[in-house]
Amino acid sequence: MRVVLNGHGRELEEPATVASAVVAAGAESRARGLAVAVDGEVVPRGDWERTRLADGQRVEVLRAVQGGA
Amino acid sequence: MSRTTPADAREATAGPFEVAGRRLTSRLIIGTGGFRTLESIEAAVVASGAELATVALRRVDPSTRGSIVDVLRDAGCDLLPNTAGCFTARDAVTTAQLAREALATDWVKLEVIGDERTLLPDPAETLAAAEQLVADGFVVFPYTNDDPVLAARLEQAGCAAVMPLGSPIGSGMGIRNPYNLRMIVAAARVPVILDAGIGTASDAALAMELGCEGVLLASSVTRAEDPARMARAMRLAVEAGRLAHEAGRIPRRLYGDASTPTEGLPDLDD
Repeated sequence: MRVVLNGHGRELEEPATVASAVVAAGAESRARGLAVAVDGEVVPRGDWERTRLADGQRVEVLRAVQGGA
Repeated sequence: MSRTTPADAREATAGPFEVAGRRLTSRLIIGTGGFRTLESIEAAVVASGAELATVALRRVDPSTRGSIVDVLRDAGCDLLPNTAGCFTARDAVTTAQLAREALATDWVKLEVIGDERTLLPDPAETLAAAEQLVADGFVVFPYTNDDPVLAARLEQAGCAAVMPLGSPIGSGMGIRNPYNLRMIVAAARVPVILDAGIGTASDAALAMELGCEGVLLASSVTRAEDPARMARAMRLAVEAGRLAHEAGRIPRRLYGDASTPTEGLPDLDD
């Protein structure tokens, strides 16, 4: 199946979950300081393992970086 | 404010800063945008004495080494996630929710920009986002124009503080409208934290002299030739400005007003 992961088209092995997308994005799924949105909606960390992804969904895997004011 | 005795004047420190039920010793909040390395962030944050530092949320980059979260926590700083880069209330609210998820804090520095060139806040989107975030349980620190009416509206919306700009983000132009800032301070019942536009230490001191409870700055330190040294300068300026505010300045006069007594002046004419 194919999703848009952090802005790039990406093949994921079925069945793909949010947790597998986090690993595919290059983050450790146990790492602190991560957050995920699927199609613009936040998926809480406790739901990563059981949240299945569907073809074409947009997945954003984010972390804290330097920024601001 | 009670008078200071000679013994304690030497060690006088500005009163503590309370915001959203939390007591902070430092009135300086540091933004971490623009540092070149994590090491330079650590040195500057330590020199600034700040207990609160902003961070942003961006896509995971597998090539990045080290974590700003660890660096700031080691420096004794709590994190204030921001919504930098958002142009709509909807994006800002989602970003705040992601930050809460990532960093386990419900504090958020709300930033909704209305124009890429000036980086000025979008008042309508900022207010709409503030209302939604407060309803969702966030402690909201909104970046706003130096507009007394908008500041009052943000306070009414339940924001924990209001954060008017001195001048555009990264401009280093200082405080362009001190009179508006005074009006905001006079009316506000939540802390006023000057955000954006600080160029050098005297700008930060002026913000505090005008009655702001705190200053948030980034570029003036991160883009200085020696960021850690400028961070130290800002720490001293914020402290000095607050002490001056608490001490009560003399009124401005057009003409001179001799402080030396004229009585007992000798007659030295020949």
